[in-house]
Order: sequence, then structure tokens, then C-alpha cells
Amino acid sequence: MSDHPSSTPGLHVDEHTIQEMHHHIRRYLIVGVALAIGTGLTVWASLINFGSREINIVVALIIASGKAFLVAGFFMHLISEKKMIYAVLAFTAFFFTGLLFLTLWSMAHDSIIQIRV
Amino acid sequence: MEIPYAVKPRPDTGLYNAKVGIWLFLASEVMLFGALFCSYILMRVNAPEGTWPHHWLNIWLGMTNTIVLILSSVTVVLGWASLKMGKFGHYKFYQGITILCALIFLGIKSFEYRDKFIHYQVNLKDGRIADGHLIKAETTTNVVALEGRWIDTNKMEELYNPPLEHSETPPIIIPRSDIKTMENYGPWHHTYTAIYFCMTGLHGLHVLIGAIVIFAIWGPLAKVWEQDPERYINRVEVSGLFWHFVDLVWIFLFPVLYLL
Repeated sequence: MSDHPSSTPGLHVDEHTIQEMHHHIRRYLIVGVALAIGTGLTVWASLINFGSREINIVVALIIASGKAFLVAGFFMHLISEKKMIYAVLAFTAFFFTGLLFLTLWSMAHDSIIQIRV
Repeated sequence: MEIPYAVKPRPDTGLYNAKVGIWLFLASEVMLFGALFCSYILMRVNAPEGTWPHHWLNIWLGMTNTIVLILSSVTVVLGWASLKMGKFGHYKFYQGITILCALIFLGIKSFEYRDKFIHYQVNLKDGRIADGHLIKAETTTNVVALEGRWIDTNKMEELYNPPLEHSETPPIIIPRSDIKTMENYGPWHHTYTAIYFCMTGLHGLHVLIGAIVIFAIWGPLAKVWEQDPERYINRVEVSGLFWHFVDLVWIFLFPVLYLL
């Protein structure tokens, strides 16, 4: 097991890269702890009666969205990604929103999508 | 002829081929799981009042699996960062933990699935309903033994909202001749179990495939590190992106199926 940074031919590792990675590692560990706390928070919030189940659902989805932001933003590096990736995700967001909209629309009573019997 | 931008990023986009490929694939995955989440919303909203189950799943097992997946996501990025610093041994250690986490996740999920397949709702000819786990040792050709409870037919909501705490009760012994129907909590039992098995099954398949890919890069394909380290780092990054997406899906599946 060799762990000398300069021992791999064909890979250029300079001091700047090492410092940058150490910075990344600290961030990953903080995000990991935040995600674990968020998980505990989700369970705790689900066991509390906020007055209506709808509020419980909203609270759980807000916490889940926060956790998803941490994973996508930091682990998947989306907070500092290239424009082309953002473009792909913008299209995805557009179609995903459309899918959700269609779902909600289909549940409306006067919807033309709803099958009448 | 060498394929351009297979390792080095294209100057105008700043991306190598596989990274564009994995993001396009993940975009399609968002739509796949998005469609299933929409199905869940439709089923749940349209379920008759009081018939959507709560606490049918063990919250603590679900929470453990969530923590396991989060830990695996952390070890994936730590492994990638180790490779960027040229520390192959550290990478091997972190990705080894990732693979172990994947196996733990699948093991817990298998245990949960088994729990549902031995959980039965028994409808008796006299209208009574018994609900509980089959006791194989005491079940014979003449009687069915359950570890569970009787459901008050005037309080059917108890079937869909079982208490969180289990109290010790003696086994329920039912003569087979008294049974009208008997069904386990498989996908066929309820729309909830149908969507539960569908979504977690598809997610579990992703965990399995992700673990196989990570293992392949970690083990049999590790020699690429010596030949072309940048290509190897790219492979680890791409497989890591897929793994984080799997974690991301579970972050929503856990509250939706276990808690709400």
C-alpha cells in the first residue's frame, strides 16, 4: 500500500491540489454530520403532532429537500459545476415540474385528463 | 484512433465524455423515479379516508439504512479525494467501506422484505380479523399460529395504524377450517405495499448495480490506476455521482414510505 502522493506516474499532484483536497475533505465530513443530524431531525419531526398530517408532510419534505441540497451541492459538486451540466439539469427540472403539474392537474375535479365514469 | 475527450476535458465545456454521459443518464433517472413518486401521490391522495397505512414499516431500520447510505456517500467522496492526492491505499480503504455499507443496506432491506412476507392478515369466516407474523414452528396442517393481535372490526383504522410499541401477547392459534382468506403483506396486499415494493425494489436494484460497479473499479479494474491514473479517477468520479444519486433518492423514499 503506497500513499506517497508523487509515487504514481502520469498523475501530477502539487501542493495546491493537496491543500484544496484537504479543504474538500473537511467540507465532506461536515456535510456528512449535517446529513446524519438531518436524518434524526426527520424522524423526530415525524413523531411530533403539528396539528395536522399535512404540516407533518410539509416539514418532512422541507428537511428532505435540505438534505438533498447538501448531497447534490457538495457531494455531487453541483454548487461549482460546469454550465453544460446546469443546462442538462434545467431541462430535467422543467420536465419534472411538468410531470408533477400533470399529476396535480389530473386530480382536479374539472380536469380534462380525469377519466369520467 | 483514440476517442477524443475520453480522459481530458473538452476545452469549451470543461467536461470529459463520461461526465456528460452520467449526468444525462441521471437526468433520465430523475424522470423514472419522478414518475413513481407521482404514482405514489396519486395512490395516496385517492385512497379512501383512513385506509392509507402508517407505521407498517420499522422506522429504526429505515433510519439505520439512511445513516448507512449517508456514510457510504461520505466514503465515496473521501475515496475520490484520496485519489486526487495520489493516495491509492486510502482510496482502497474508503471504497472498501462503501462496498460494505452497500451490503449492510441490502441486508437490512432483505430483512425488512422477509418481515413483510411472513406478516399475515387472516380473515375468519365469522368476520373476525387477525393480524401478525406467522409462527412457523407452531403452524401445522390444521392450525395457523400468529404472533400479533385481533383487529376490532368496528375500529378498522387499527389495521392501518398499528401502535408503535408492541406488547407481549400469547400466540393466536386459528384452526384452518375457520379461515376465509389469508394473505401476507406482499406487493399484492395493498396499494401501499405495491408502491413500497416497487420503489424500494427499484432503488435496491440501483444500490446493487452501483455496488457492483464500485467493486469492479475497486478490485478487478484497479490496475488501470497504474496505467492511466486520470482515467481511473474519472471512473471513480462517475461511479460516485451515480452512488450519490442513489443516496439522494433514498433521502426522499425514507420519509415518504416510513414516516408519513
